[in-house]
Amino acid sequence: MLWTILLLFGLAAAAPLVAKFAKGASGWLLAAGPAAILFAYLAQLPILPGESRSEVWEWVPGLGVELRFVLDGLSATFTLLITGIGALVLVYAGGYMAGKAKLGQLLSYLLLFLGSMLGLVLSDNTIALFVFWELTSISSYLLIGLDHERESVRSAALKALLVTGGGGLLLLGGFVLLGIAAGDLGLKGADAFSISALADLDLSAHGLYPAIMVLVAIGAFTKSAQAPFHFWLPQAMAAPTPVSALLHSATMVKAGIFLLARLHPALGGTDLWTALLVPVGAVTMLGAAITALGQRDKKRILAYSTVSVLGILVTLLGAGTVVAIEAAVVLLVAHAFYKAALFMVAGNVDHGAGTRDVTLLSGLRKAMPFTFAAGAVAALSMAGAPPMFGFVGKELFYGKLVTAEARSTLLILVAVATNVALVAAALLVALRPFVGSSAGVAKNAHEVSAPMLVGPLILAAAGLFVGLFPDVFDATLGSAMATAIAGQRVDMHLALWHGLNPTALGVMGLSAATLVLGAMVYHRTRRLLAPLAEALSRLRAIGPETWYEKGLAGLVTGSDRVTRGIQTGYLRHYVLAVVVAAVVLAAPPLLRSLPGAAPLFPEAPRPHEALLVAVAAASAVAAMVLRSRTAAIAALGATGAVIAMLFLLFSAPDLSITQIMVETLSVILLVLVLSRLPRLVTRSSRSRRIADLAVATLAGGTMALLAIAATTVSLDPEAARFFAAASYTEAQGRNVVNVVLVDFRALDTMGEIFVVAAAGFGIHALLRLAPETGGAA
Amino acid sequence: MSSVILRTATRLLLPLLLVFSAFILLRGHNEPGGGFIGGLLSAGALSAYALAWGPAEARRVLRVDPRTLLGAGLLCVCAAAFAGIAAGREVLTGLWAPFEVPGLGKVSTVLLFDLGVHLGVVGATLSILFNLGED
Repeated sequence: MLWTILLLFGLAAAAPLVAKFAKGASGWLLAAGPAAILFAYLAQLPILPGESRSEVWEWVPGLGVELRFVLDGLSATFTLLITGIGALVLVYAGGYMAGKAKLGQLLSYLLLFLGSMLGLVLSDNTIALFVFWELTSISSYLLIGLDHERESVRSAALKALLVTGGGGLLLLGGFVLLGIAAGDLGLKGADAFSISALADLDLSAHGLYPAIMVLVAIGAFTKSAQAPFHFWLPQAMAAPTPVSALLHSATMVKAGIFLLARLHPALGGTDLWTALLVPVGAVTMLGAAITALGQRDKKRILAYSTVSVLGILVTLLGAGTVVAIEAAVVLLVAHAFYKAALFMVAGNVDHGAGTRDVTLLSGLRKAMPFTFAAGAVAALSMAGAPPMFGFVGKELFYGKLVTAEARSTLLILVAVATNVALVAAALLVALRPFVGSSAGVAKNAHEVSAPMLVGPLILAAAGLFVGLFPDVFDATLGSAMATAIAGQRVDMHLALWHGLNPTALGVMGLSAATLVLGAMVYHRTRRLLAPLAEALSRLRAIGPETWYEKGLAGLVTGSDRVTRGIQTGYLRHYVLAVVVAAVVLAAPPLLRSLPGAAPLFPEAPRPHEALLVAVAAASAVAAMVLRSRTAAIAALGATGAVIAMLFLLFSAPDLSITQIMVETLSVILLVLVLSRLPRLVTRSSRSRRIADLAVATLAGGTMALLAIAATTVSLDPEAARFFAAASYTEAQGRNVVNVVLVDFRALDTMGEIFVVAAAGFGIHALLRLAPETGGAA
Repeated sequence: MSSVILRTATRLLLPLLLVFSAFILLRGHNEPGGGFIGGLLSAGALSAYALAWGPAEARRVLRVDPRTLLGAGLLCVCAAAFAGIAAGREVLTGLWAPFEVPGLGKVSTVLLFDLGVHLGVVGATLSILFNLGED
């Protein structure tokens, strides 16, 4: 399974080159990759309920992270949707962006996204899953921001990244807690992060369960655009149509649904699970469905209807009963087919007629017959009309609500209202532009090229085929998928016709009423649009999107203020901050360690040692009081030189040489810099100088304390003995100091030399690169 | 600083000190010395030269940009690190040539690593020093 992910990543790297040479054909060429993967996974069918095939690659064994992939009903369904729709989207993108300079970039990002998504759905290790999860966030950021020259596009991309990335961080927290809980319950090493191993545990009894549940749910909600995190998704409309089709259909936004489905066996079935998911899903599905009707842009209508369907899926998963899961399985697949098709239809209309505004479009059926056909069939599925797969899904959804043990009238009303709005929205996007007078924009409209028709036609046909023969789906994949989600064996028996029993009749009555009401709402949309749009904009002003924008703006102004406060631009302030912080942090523990310190002078210093110390102290005092800069520098150098001699006396020749060299270089450096400064005069006030003296004394005192404390630390003599013994035998060197530096502890040295290099380049950048706005260099 | 004594002294000392720094680098494995000390020595020699003759003249004598030396140093260090992996051992494992090179003695990736440290120290120090001296 790893090869399929790597193949997509490889193609993503190759895509810009392919686009350069193959131009118009590049969409077809690159689509061969996901298509090949699609057939490879199709060859694995049927997958039986409870069956799973796994594959393990070691990654970071020390941290329990491994690339463990599992192909079961759930991941197989997603795999087929991702690669199938992905291939069609690539073909479509080749036509949609034909001749544009960014075609290669777009194809590359699409493939990167497909690869990440494939990795996400196949992963069985939570940490690996999280890595792929973040990769989808990043690649969708790139996709949404494709036209980054426009400000609105950049902010939309950033919004998507911040919301889903923020949720991703919480999810990571949830996964870590999950790993801890699993460890407590007896799973060891990589097993603690393996999702399939988690299912056997009784996690809900663990104390961390509520925290895990909330974190994971918020991660899923942000990704799957659930209220109040839904607002990034319609904004992501800024992306080109192929991207929208991919983001909104099978993939990006379904990642959250996938996560909930995947974790249902491990985390589901509790009151908390239901209490978190059902209300959020219900609010989202109704709110988004109504909002969809207040839009003019076809893509925005589709985006809000996507949010609504995601709400339905969350509600169903939240309910967690077998019927609900069956409904979720069918709706998820049906939605992937029709929504991708409808987004491509919207792109075709935009391409052929020059606008996506549903109030301007009409009469396109003659000019764009194929697009119309694809759109009409897909919209039937979206409206949940027979004989489409969407109908099967909606029947199950209603069936679940009607037969639930705790039947909720409120939930039934919400569900019917949602579906009524979805019916109207479906008619709005797939009927309104094509019927009526062809006098307006339709006059100059034209049908689009073949690559842009293949996708919507195949997807619409697929929705119709599965609708007519639902038993093919449940036998090969559906039952296995429902089983994987439910964590218990489920045998689905899907059908268009459920016979004449009271439940089936009740459900059919609801379905019929939904269709009729939806058609009625559709006929009123012209008059409803303006007041609804106004009400929505008022709601938006107090909604989460406004919080997000205010929060982001506040973050910028806040950090601006903090930066201005901290970064004064005066070197003396920085030095003061560093020194005071060091003293405050280091002095108290040093003082505490003092009573136990060894006597300062265990034996009386020999005369020459005392002399050296006296010289060092005298030159230090001289450096402070001398009025000439050069003399002060020389005095400072003398202090260093004396210390080097002390090192030599106590038999540390390497240290001594280093000290001498560093001291020499510092003197040269100081002379170079300070010789340019004007004569030394006293400008500071008396109190300022006293304060400085206090700080300097404290800093010097702390260093002295540190030196004293260092002599009292008892080092492990074993280390010294080891280095002395192994230096020659293992590293072939007699100079232990150098052998430690370049061999035993070479990694430390390597890090240090990189730090030195960074400092060198940094100073070069500071001094040599012209500042942008005339600041001091 | 245009002191004749300083100028003459640095001109004479520079080649001597550079040779000495190479010697320090090579003997470092067995006697006091090594790449770090050798690098500081070279840098000290060149900066004394810069002090006497001006950074521009010191750059001319050095011929290569200090940043190039810095980059070369990092490259040597990385090469020595990855040589261990390439040989199927742990990263940074010292590999020793089975023969002695006349004048150098036993050669190894450890020496390459030390050379990298040497070049890195010279490059970074001089890059900082020249830049500060020039503006």
